[in-house]
Amino acid sequence: MLAFVLVATLPLHRFYGLRVLRQPLRLLAAIAPVAALFIAWDLMAAASGQWHFDPAQTFAARLGGLPLEEYAFFVVIPLAGILTFEAVTVVRSRRRAR
Amino acid sequence: MISYTVAAGVAVLVAVLADLLVLRTALVRSRTWWTAYGIVVFFQLLTNGWLTGRGIVRYSDDAILGSGPVVFLGDGRIAYAPVEDLAFGFALVLMSCAAWVWTGARTRPPRGR
Repeated sequence: MLAFVLVATLPLHRFYGLRVLRQPLRLLAAIAPVAALFIAWDLMAAASGQWHFDPAQTFAARLGGLPLEEYAFFVVIPLAGILTFEAVTVVRSRRRAR
Repeated sequence: MISYTVAAGVAVLVAVLADLLVLRTALVRSRTWWTAYGIVVFFQLLTNGWLTGRGIVRYSDDAILGSGPVVFLGDGRIAYAPVEDLAFGFALVLMSCAAWVWTGARTRPPRGR
């Protein structure tokens, strides 16, 4: 699923000439605090049994009760959102320029 | 422990307040954000439908509006996923984009949007 999201959004970078990935520090500064907040929420919800992950369909390796790919989720999804947002920004400014 | 339903509602509120009052990025007042969110939510329904429809992630009936078996639509679910997930996703992506725009405004002169 995470791979699908990356395959669907990373080409936006080249196609629209985005500069998101050329600013790794800015990306880190934007994603890290938000990810930390949502991971804390996720840890609490999983610990109290609000949701859980099927052991047969997730990595066996767990950290704080969450499968490792759950942590990747909070990097991949914000990145996909930011790439989409930047692509829309480019499309809209091109339209305005015409 | 507050339910996922309540927590998801609070998250949306926090995200919108952060966007409008804390970071002052005002994405929710821009057409760019809503266009981007429209695209994101379509793909969320697809990918989250995969995660919940196949039971990769399972929810406790006590935490969500839905109460029965996992269905495609109805009983508090859209494309297999609890509707709460839509609020969770909205808050996560809005906060990320607002933080992104905010860090950009601080490193470069602000651009028109």
